[in-house]
Amino acid sequence: MHHPRVHRILSRTLDALLLLWLVTSLTFVLVHLAPGDAASLLVSPTATAQELAQRRAELGLDGSLVTQYGRWIASVLQGELGNSLALSRPVTAVIADALPLSLALGGVSLTLSFLVGVPIGAWQSAREGTRADTVCTVLTTTLYAAPSFWLALALIAIATTGAAALNAPEWMRLPAFGVRDPAALGTGFDAVRDVVRHAALPLLVLTIPGAAGVARYARQTMIEARRAPHVATAHARGIPERRVSSRYVLRNAWPPLLVLLGLMLPGIVAGSVFVEQVFAWPGLGRAMMTSIASRDYPVVLALTMVYSATVIGANLLADVALLRVDPRRRAE
Amino acid sequence: MKRRQGDARLLWGTAILIALIVCALVAPALGNILGHASPTDIGDVLATRLVRPLGTDGSGTLHWLGTDAFGRDVLGRLWLGARISLGVGVVGASLAGVLGIALGLIAAWRGGPTDRIILAISDALLAIPRLVLLLVVATLWGPGLITVVVILALTGWMSVARLVRADVLGVRTLPYVEAAEAIGVPTRNLLFRHILPNALGSARVAITLGIGNAMLLESGLSFLGLGVQPPTPSWGNMISGGRDWLLIAPWIALSPGVALILTVVACTLIGDALTSRADARATSQRPAAAT
Repeated sequence: MHHPRVHRILSRTLDALLLLWLVTSLTFVLVHLAPGDAASLLVSPTATAQELAQRRAELGLDGSLVTQYGRWIASVLQGELGNSLALSRPVTAVIADALPLSLALGGVSLTLSFLVGVPIGAWQSAREGTRADTVCTVLTTTLYAAPSFWLALALIAIATTGAAALNAPEWMRLPAFGVRDPAALGTGFDAVRDVVRHAALPLLVLTIPGAAGVARYARQTMIEARRAPHVATAHARGIPERRVSSRYVLRNAWPPLLVLLGLMLPGIVAGSVFVEQVFAWPGLGRAMMTSIASRDYPVVLALTMVYSATVIGANLLADVALLRVDPRRRAE
Repeated sequence: MKRRQGDARLLWGTAILIALIVCALVAPALGNILGHASPTDIGDVLATRLVRPLGTDGSGTLHWLGTDAFGRDVLGRLWLGARISLGVGVVGASLAGVLGIALGLIAAWRGGPTDRIILAISDALLAIPRLVLLLVVATLWGPGLITVVVILALTGWMSVARLVRADVLGVRTLPYVEAAEAIGVPTRNLLFRHILPNALGSARVAITLGIGNAMLLESGLSFLGLGVQPPTPSWGNMISGGRDWLLIAPWIALSPGVALILTVVACTLIGDALTSRADARATSQRPAAAT
């Protein structure tokens, strides 16, 4: 009975793995075709051609593109991501350091975006065309358009000079750089408080456009769900508005919202690159920037893999979740 | 009721965009003619730098949005930057649109392995966050205006291609297309005269939204120092340049951002209006769907 569904999930997983391979191979070619390599950045400026070649061999950058690709794919299949060329550390260690910080930032802001955005969109959809709806739409459209790095700068200006000029209480003057206060020695609650204070501004920068985007999308899907004949019937039967919203409208708006969750991830990733850069948050985005600049191929490739795996994985999960919440899809 | 709202969005969006484009084209020339507030010449820096918005510098020149750390007029530079930012956005999104339309058309028309290959490439490109791809290419191949436009085009065609492909597949089964095929209309005419005009509805929306998106990406790259290189002003590198002065002179970094938001909002408004117009047409053709 469950056979077609299992089969479908399996074939989707296979597709996802193929896609991941395609993406990483594409990145591999892109990175290796680019002019200049890590070896030329690591040797001294006076190095002879021979020294350069020797360095290249040490780093495994000699041989043709095909040889290098073969070597790389063989090691990846053995679960070996290699060493960072610039940092002389295993790539896995670099990622293990950065991933939790990015996941925490991205995960929390994604959750907050939905928790804030969906109710706003739902509220607007019940008042379509009214002045309140228009005002909200103007607001969400504007906030959604704000580039994250600009928003970051604007918030820093507000939380520092702005807060000082307005004589705001101490707790509102938020730190704008790093994860912990370098002078902070506190443990336990103090440490948590310190991290939360440092995370506040980056989280706001990621959540504001995120929530605005979710609200815009939720409004649209719920307006469409409201147009369905069964909603008109429910209204005609005199079912209270709140019940209509929750049982007849929201339930039909869930599938598109789930898809949105998958679609939003690339945006969160892109946003986090800027946010981590501006706020000196040592996550994946910052690691990406440094590794690209130093032509650190193994790290660049591994990070692209992590990014794409997240995106592909999220889409796969959304797909599988869709099967659960939308019975129509099971029949396909 | 619905109609009117759609039209207001279209009106506002177009008005903002046209106003920005006109200012970008006219304002720098006008400033030179009137001979004040030069955005490029650096004169007596100490007398003219970091003037507040609506303030006057040592020589009594009024600066609407103040001046930057080199005494350059921020508003004047904003309009010069608009040429670059708007130009990159429009050209990048249009090139991506043309590429997407072509690939979508080919995929739908050829079908079979061609279709599958195009879809696979598009899936793969969609699976790498666009910014990461842009970062890799811009850093490795050297930043610059042309690089940015080319990458924007190469990484922005996927959604357009998918929409065009789906629409072409829908249109080609319509009776009038079959009729045209039956009476022997040559393939080229069939594609470009009969099918494509009816399969561009959603692509038009995607391209409009793509302009805003491309401008955001350009500004992001320029902000990271990987896009348009100063002293050529673009809104992104103006924000980046104002970063060091954020706490003393926030207007330098914040003004270009407001301009950027305004442009992206305009594109979004136009896109939204076009979407609901297409939806309205779709529902009016379906008599069963009431309201």
